[in-house]
Amino acid sequence: MNTRNTEILVGLFVAAGLAALFMLAMKVSNLNIYTNDQGYEVTAHFDDISGLKVRSPVSMAGVRIGQVSDIIFDGQTYEAIVKMRIESKYKTLPKDTSAAIYTAGLLGEKYIGLEAGGDENKLQDKDRIKLTQDSIVLEKLISRFVDKFIDGSDDKK
Amino acid sequence: MLNSIQQLGHSGLTFFQRLGRACVLLAHIVGGLPGMLLRFPLVIQQMYSVGVLSLLIILVSGLFVGMVLGLQGYNTLVDFGAEESLGVMVALSLVRELGPVVAALLFAGRAGSALTAEIGLMKATEQLSAMEMMAIDPIRRVLTPRFLAGFLSMPLLAAIFSAVGVLGGNFVGVGLLGVDDGAYWSQMQSAVDLYDDINNGVIKSIVFGVVVTWIAVFEGYDAVPTSEGVSRATTRTVVHSSLAILGLDFILTAIMF
Repeated sequence: MNTRNTEILVGLFVAAGLAALFMLAMKVSNLNIYTNDQGYEVTAHFDDISGLKVRSPVSMAGVRIGQVSDIIFDGQTYEAIVKMRIESKYKTLPKDTSAAIYTAGLLGEKYIGLEAGGDENKLQDKDRIKLTQDSIVLEKLISRFVDKFIDGSDDKK
Repeated sequence: MLNSIQQLGHSGLTFFQRLGRACVLLAHIVGGLPGMLLRFPLVIQQMYSVGVLSLLIILVSGLFVGMVLGLQGYNTLVDFGAEESLGVMVALSLVRELGPVVAALLFAGRAGSALTAEIGLMKATEQLSAMEMMAIDPIRRVLTPRFLAGFLSMPLLAAIFSAVGVLGGNFVGVGLLGVDDGAYWSQMQSAVDLYDDINNGVIKSIVFGVVVTWIAVFEGYDAVPTSEGVSRATTRTVVHSSLAILGLDFILTAIMF
């Protein structure tokens, strides 16, 4: 094997290795979500966001249009303030858009689902979404169900 | 009784002596690294035998490991109705664990043993002594390029392993079992983090590359210069580097995740 062929093969090997790393970075990991344009930020207040995390998706009609950028607890109102970044190409959300926290699948991750309202005005940077619906906590749901069930059985007596 | 204690002490002392010699050798090799940049063709030669020749086994096993992960993961996940998460499972297990570890184990078997045998035979046939006679430092001329080549090749091999494995999992999951292609990739992308997962996987593979080539080069250089000694050194390389990889993997995982 002469030197030239060796060098070509090593060059191909290194290129393949770097291409694999590149593929892992771009195709497998969330890098392309990081590098997206900054978009604009809107906030929403929730009483309960359990399970929602920074970088959870924000979607509308099932399409991902942004992500949660920050979650703060407000000590005054005891609410969670969720900041989300919406990609700047989706600028036309109405002002009375409502936000709700849903679960993808039965046990999947939490995400924010937006639903458009009918307002003529559009959401701007730093605006607040006023209509929100909290995350459904399974324990609360079950306890409510159990309470109802017990009440119901009491009534019959 | 006393004899067995003595034996224990003896093997302990031998172990630490060898460890000390290995560390001195490593320092010597690392000291030669800057000079290696001037003679990079030597490294390229070694990258061919260490990296390019290991490529086939890495590609084939990466593909099959990914395909098996796809099959096994599907069978488990489908019970929970979560087969869309197959991509996450395949990618995370490959990038975090199996990519670096299995690639390093294969690397130890394929390239490490070859390095040890080569250097051991050089020693047995007194080529290394001949170099010293000509005032050429055999460590810098023979060992350093091999070490550098292993150090550079291992992360590349692990990355290729993981990438091929993800494609293999995709082939089985999407192509054969009917998982949705978009869900496979998008769930993977939202769950795999560049810094937490991929970076740490690469760091792991770099550590394994250093350890495996270090052990291989040391065992060859330290081999008893007979045919039996070389064969024992080769065996020791594979055994010790496999143990070191698995042990270090545990420690690194405990630190990283």
